[in-house]
Amino acid sequence: MIVFQLAVVFVCTIAVAILFHMPREQYVFCGLTGTAAWSGYLAALKVNPSVVMASFVSALLLTAISRIFAVCRRTPIIIFLVSGIFPLVPGAGIYYTAYYFIMGDNALAVGKGVETIKIAVAIALGIVLMLSLPYSLFRGFGKKDGAEVHEKP
Amino acid sequence: MEESRKILDLSIKAGELLLQNGAEIFRVHETMTRIAEAFGANSFNAYVLSNGIFASIREENGSYGAELRNIPLSPVHLGRVAAINSLSRAIVEGRYTLDGAFARLEEIRALPENPPGLLILASGIVSATFCWLFGGGLMDSAAALLTGLILYCILLPVRSKNLSKIVCNILGGSVITLCALCFTHLGLGSQLDKIIIGAIMPMAPGVPLTTSIRDFFNGDYLSGAIRMLDALLIAACIAIGVGFVLKMGSLLMGVQL
Repeated sequence: MIVFQLAVVFVCTIAVAILFHMPREQYVFCGLTGTAAWSGYLAALKVNPSVVMASFVSALLLTAISRIFAVCRRTPIIIFLVSGIFPLVPGAGIYYTAYYFIMGDNALAVGKGVETIKIAVAIALGIVLMLSLPYSLFRGFGKKDGAEVHEKP
Repeated sequence: MEESRKILDLSIKAGELLLQNGAEIFRVHETMTRIAEAFGANSFNAYVLSNGIFASIREENGSYGAELRNIPLSPVHLGRVAAINSLSRAIVEGRYTLDGAFARLEEIRALPENPPGLLILASGIVSATFCWLFGGGLMDSAAALLTGLILYCILLPVRSKNLSKIVCNILGGSVITLCALCFTHLGLGSQLDKIIIGAIMPMAPGVPLTTSIRDFFNGDYLSGAIRMLDALLIAACIAIGVGFVLKMGSLLMGVQL
């Protein structure tokens, strides 16, 4: 079941990559980044059933993988970050906030809104933390002639 | 044309293309500086905002040349960003002449977008897979697939008309909800919320969110704030579109929510 779910995420992330016109030769790696982010999310949910915490953990994982791919594929990191962030973007939060707001349940609407913002902040924090690790940790994944142009965060 | 003029021109053109297609401020700035320095410019300076570039260069006769560009927020094409990234790498390694670099830049500008059919298909797949991932059933995913297809069929022509982003996103949210209401009414899929959540995802502000985080991280607070605002606005507009149609549905057609 888990394997099937990860396969679905893989396909999904590649479709996202198509939507934003990413370079064709990076599709597979975009898919892998998304899969990694989602598996981190699922694993974190198993340990602690908090969506915010899970988003944070998977943002960390997502950024680590993106940095590795950015170095070894010599491609702007943003391409992998965008693909991987999509499964984490709180689309459900946007919907439920609007839904409760329309239904006149202001308390629930505010609750959902705040949770959505919390998730977004958690994702941002995870990405920023992982980006601030020194570049030297990731240099080893690059090719030997090692031009390190642009891969620094 | 004088050499320094040409260098300034090349570097600002590269910066413009990068910024238009969704690169971060830091990358634009660094690429412009690297290109200028690789061609031997002395004292090249650039200031980049998320909707404008200012650059100046010292010319051979000691005077300064300057250029600025206004760059409106536009649809992203990350393939071009990646292509300019490798071009700038090649320039730094000394594999391009000035004219060669100009020609390559024009090629990159002309890089095609994915064909509309493929985009529509991708939108359907994104919708269906997210619907399933968020707990929808198979029938719900089928409804989300159709909704996603219809969404992009409508959104693509509307976007090419240069309508305001706000209108586009409100329209998108409404179209999604309308389709989802119809499909559930016709018996295709039963969980309205899962279908809508899935179909929202092709429009979700993932790119502005990511660039804004990157901009804040690099200390470009102003541009980060502009992009953050962009992301929030997109999310709010989608919510408005969805909410409006839901409300109308419940008022006019008596749909049970």
